[in-house]
Amino acid sequence: MIEIDNLTKIYGDTHAVDAVTMRAETGSITVIVGTSGSGKTTLLRMINRLEEPTSGEVRINGEPTHVEKPHLLRRRIGYAIQGHGLFPHHTVARNIAAVPLLLGWKKQKIRDRVDELLSLFSMEPAAFRDRYPAELSGGQQQRVGVARALASRPELLLMDEPFGALDPIIRAQAQDDLRRIQQRLGSTIMLVTHDMEEAIRLGDKVAVMDGGRLVQHAAPAEIIAAPATDFVRDMVGDVERPLRLLSLIPLVELIEDGPADGDALPADASLRDALSACLWTGRSAVPVTREGIVVGRVTFEAIRNRAELHA
Amino acid sequence: MNVGLILRPLLVLLLLALVLRPEWFTPIFAPLAPPGAPTIYARSSLLSLSLSHLGLVAAATFAATIVAVSLAIFVTRPAGAAFKPLSRTIANMGQTFPPVAVLALAVPALGFGSGPTLVALFLYGLLPIFENSVTALTTLPPATMDAARGIGLNRWQRLLRVELPLAFPVMLTGIRLSVVIALGTATIGSTVAARTLGEVIIAGLLTNNTAFVLQGGLIVGLFAVLIYDALIQLETFLARRTGA
Repeated sequence: MIEIDNLTKIYGDTHAVDAVTMRAETGSITVIVGTSGSGKTTLLRMINRLEEPTSGEVRINGEPTHVEKPHLLRRRIGYAIQGHGLFPHHTVARNIAAVPLLLGWKKQKIRDRVDELLSLFSMEPAAFRDRYPAELSGGQQQRVGVARALASRPELLLMDEPFGALDPIIRAQAQDDLRRIQQRLGSTIMLVTHDMEEAIRLGDKVAVMDGGRLVQHAAPAEIIAAPATDFVRDMVGDVERPLRLLSLIPLVELIEDGPADGDALPADASLRDALSACLWTGRSAVPVTREGIVVGRVTFEAIRNRAELHA
Repeated sequence: MNVGLILRPLLVLLLLALVLRPEWFTPIFAPLAPPGAPTIYARSSLLSLSLSHLGLVAAATFAATIVAVSLAIFVTRPAGAAFKPLSRTIANMGQTFPPVAVLALAVPALGFGSGPTLVALFLYGLLPIFENSVTALTTLPPATMDAARGIGLNRWQRLLRVELPLAFPVMLTGIRLSVVIALGTATIGSTVAARTLGEVIIAGLLTNNTAFVLQGGLIVGLFAVLIYDALIQLETFLARRTGA
């Protein structure tokens, strides 16, 4: 568990981060979202002490971070950033092995870990191990950057706009990968972004920052349904609120018996997908499948009623 | 590129012949020597002069590299940042002083011979290496530097494992400039009795023997061109490896 306790950073006269207190559970993704200048990056950088807090403290599993030497603390915390920050003069394998090497792992253990991570990120170890970062595509560089951050199985992974430099299609892919890998490894992640869409998509909890203050810290559905301030409402975007909300609800919740024609959707697809299918093909219901077998349908009517609940 | 593949070995062969078998060139240089004067410089072996010349350049450049790079590392640390303008001024002064003046001033202190030449070459070599090292160390990719800190490298590890390797190709450019300047400047060292290829040129100038001047000049020139070229090849190779 990560506890941020009354954390403040003052530059000159400005409170870049103003008395932020929050908690992140082990194994969850917390997305810190805000506009530029909201203090979100400063908040993240105070957790691994790339910035020293003016006051307040951070505790990881109950242990305050300020008692340890900063570089030793950082070796226990994964760090991935926009534009990956890979070492251009080291191979992919050596980049991923950076922290295990610092920690003095055995050679064979490092080799195994590098191959394991490359496979996890769908990169054939034999083909990628010995390449240099400049020889990779943007999406591959980004994956290696995240693999490096995960290499030593850190207690916490900090990510600062990790997908900011990727084009939309690769970005969506990278977000799905991160979700999949996080669920598999059970990592605790804190991720900074300016993109509310990304926050809702990835976060178990979303923390909205405005002018250095934490204005709302809640599950995505709550952020959308009950924005705490006008700023949060603006970030979510009024017009898109219903759609964002629907995107968080799986079809399973609204399955009913009955016939429906046309292409089916899997049960873990979202209501937004189903709504989109209804509108696009002029249907009033879509069949829902689980492991390829039709288990029922979701109707246009039911989706509308579900969305209305929040109005 | 193809021109280089043919030209490079040809120039190397020409240089080796000029240094090791100067008598082969007697027919070519003969018309340039005054009547009755020797065509080929024979007062000392061209090989030993070349080695001594290269040795002086190597020693001076090596010392200049150590000092300039250390200074550049110091002024790019937070603790040394205040000294950056001062060290720039000093390095610039080293460059502004004419080498002949340095030689003249150094003779009373160090006597005739290699000493004054080493000092002049050293002072002359500082600036390009220092300037390039400072530039290289201050323009490293910010994301890489941030990541290096963020994953837990301490100051020394960042310097040795990330900053210096990444800055090296640009530092090497400075070293290359210094070497080439030093190769030329070292010839003047012979005016204060340093053993360099300048001896051949000066002997030619004193006796109106163009053959000597041309011989010495050609050898120094070929060394400069070939070493310059070799260092460029090395820089390109290193730059490619670091993905720049």
